[in-house]
Amino acid sequence: MAEILVLVEHAGETVKKVTGELLTAARRYGEPAAVWAGAGAEAGHARLAELGAAKVYVAAGADFDDYVVAPKAELLAELVAQKSPAAVLVAATAEGREVAARLAVKTGSGILTDVTALGDELTGEQSIFGGAITVQSRVSSGTPIIAVRPNAITPEPVPGEAVTEEVTITVSDAAKGARITGRVEQERGERPELTEASIVVSGGRGVGAAENFALIEKLADALGAAVGASRAATDAGWYPHQFQVGQTGKTVSPQLYLACGISGAIQHRAGMQTSKTIMVVNKDPEAPIFELADFGVVGDLFKVVPQLIEEIEKRAQS
Amino acid sequence: MNIVVCVKQVPDTWSERKLSDSDSTLDREAADALINELDEYAIEEGLRLTEANGGEVTILTVGPEKATESIRKALSMGADKAVHVTDPGLHGSDALVTSEVIAKVLGRIGFDLVILGSESTDARMGVLAAMLAERLGIPQLSYASKVEVDGTSITINRQADYGYDTVAGSLPAVVSVVEKINEPRYPSFKGIMAAKKKPVETLSLADLELDAAAAGLAGSATEVASFAARPPRQAGTVVTDEGDGGSKAAEFLAARKFI
Ligand SMILES: Cc1cc2nc3c(=O)[nH]c(=O)nc-3n(C[C@H](O)[C@H](O)[C@H](O)COP(=O)(O)OP(=O)(O)OC[C@H]3O[C@@H](n4cnc5c(N)ncnc54)[C@H](O)[C@@H]3O)c2cc1C
Ligand SMILES: Nc1ncnc2c1ncn2[C@@H]1O[C@H](COP(=O)(O)O)[C@@H](O)[C@H]1O
Repeated sequence: MAEILVLVEHAGETVKKVTGELLTAARRYGEPAAVWAGAGAEAGHARLAELGAAKVYVAAGADFDDYVVAPKAELLAELVAQKSPAAVLVAATAEGREVAARLAVKTGSGILTDVTALGDELTGEQSIFGGAITVQSRVSSGTPIIAVRPNAITPEPVPGEAVTEEVTITVSDAAKGARITGRVEQERGERPELTEASIVVSGGRGVGAAENFALIEKLADALGAAVGASRAATDAGWYPHQFQVGQTGKTVSPQLYLACGISGAIQHRAGMQTSKTIMVVNKDPEAPIFELADFGVVGDLFKVVPQLIEEIEKRAQS
Repeated sequence: MNIVVCVKQVPDTWSERKLSDSDSTLDREAADALINELDEYAIEEGLRLTEANGGEVTILTVGPEKATESIRKALSMGADKAVHVTDPGLHGSDALVTSEVIAKVLGRIGFDLVILGSESTDARMGVLAAMLAERLGIPQLSYASKVEVDGTSITINRQADYGYDTVAGSLPAVVSVVEKINEPRYPSFKGIMAAKKKPVETLSLADLELDAAAAGLAGSATEVASFAARPPRQAGTVVTDEGDGGSKAAEFLAARKFI
């Protein structure tokens, strides 16, 4: 059986949730072979076995962590040449897409980005134009390279052997052109990452001020959720830009999306329309976001949200 | 410093966007067209860098004839000249093909820095900067929220989920920008008048010695098998807060096992 290469997304030693989703998707088309680039593979190994990796290719060099994207694409290109996999799956994160892009050029293969489901013969489903249209696409030449949207596939882990094979490659000078010289981490508390979170609580212009985002954060924390924001809120400087949901921000697909004080412009919908359940709090009953709502409350978020938090906390105690 | 800014014309996200029934490509006639929003930030960054360091900004667009409107707008913001690659054979090209065409033009006109938007609003692939860096073998400085050039050194802040990385490279390089980087200027009246006289070079696939069979729909490595309008979401429950909105919301969440 041909292998399906899965590029592991990890933060140091911690395997990210989307990797489990990719391994589940891979199993249907071949033998899931995880590819670990950079440090931390030993600590992550047990988790990959649990999630269903049949093999784990480990390339531990420091280059993968020191340079932007390109070394990982070289590693995958080497594995594509050696192992002739039936496909390569990556997470449709900023970095995953860029690795996929470079790999596509190296191997002359087609690439599908932001795929929300995989069908027969590796057909990828994509949601375009703000979610208005669903497209089924295929790669017609080369080794299919598919970037899958985090949270789109439900992980169904079947433990794998996770047989480790070390891979050594010499990263070319061309791939070392963009050197990471420092990292500035911004506080997001203990909250999950926006694109990976099962629940996202977002605030928009209706939140009214930067300091009021504390209320959105409080609700998020009560639910174990990530915080998102509309562009109106990030443009106003109320919340950092990397938390923007929408066309020019992140695309999220959580189990539950809770929009507070957001009107639901098409550009915002583009980033949250595929959420499984959508809940809305907005004081304007005409706001278009209600069209998407599984449950909506017409009301002032400064009254509704504190009560909701109180109820959640009450239930948590009982 | 010679800067090339890649500008794509896209359908306005406020207008209805469609795929053509005959070949599943974007129906570019059906919607109003404008400059991909992030590309305005790319133009602005190019203008700021040449204002500080000297040099010229060239706009590079691959797209149908109609894209000249967007090119004029870019020139009216202050760019010096433009190259427009247009050819019926390009219809339906995927990112691999587009990146090959752009790389070919860049090789021909020369540059110190190429600036792109980090993502287009129609394709939303966010792959072009990486593809160009790969094809040209030069540093990929993408998702920049800040760019600094000092001689031939270039550093950026690369936006990430956790904050940002600082990344260093040397020219020539490829940069892609996020919208946090600057505030694009509006064209002035003087700028609009001046734009009419600025040179726009038009190139075909043949001019670039590219094979038409390797471009467009036929030359692309991906294909659309089918598409359909997304079924409308089932209407949900909407309640008006009468002092109990939060409790009702909690009941809904509990019924769905979120709490
Ligand atoms: C090219 C382009 C790209 C864009 N990209 C994005 C993007 O990525 N993400 C994005 O979000 N937007 C994007 N936008 C902007 C988008 O068009 C909207 O302007 C934006 O989403 C509006 O944000 P909002 O819903 O928070 O604000 P508004 O539209 O002003 O809505 C605020 C809502 O809050 C409600 N409200 C006010 N006070 C209260 C209260 N006390 N309690 C309850 N409700 C209250 C109001 O009734 C209203 O419905 C883009 C626009 C363009 C042109
Ligand atoms: N046809 C094109 N002509 C010129 N630039 C383009 C074209 N397509 C994409 N780009 C550039 O590539 C960026 C990213 O596009 P994409 O990878 O399609 O999301 C855009 O913001 C543009 O700067």
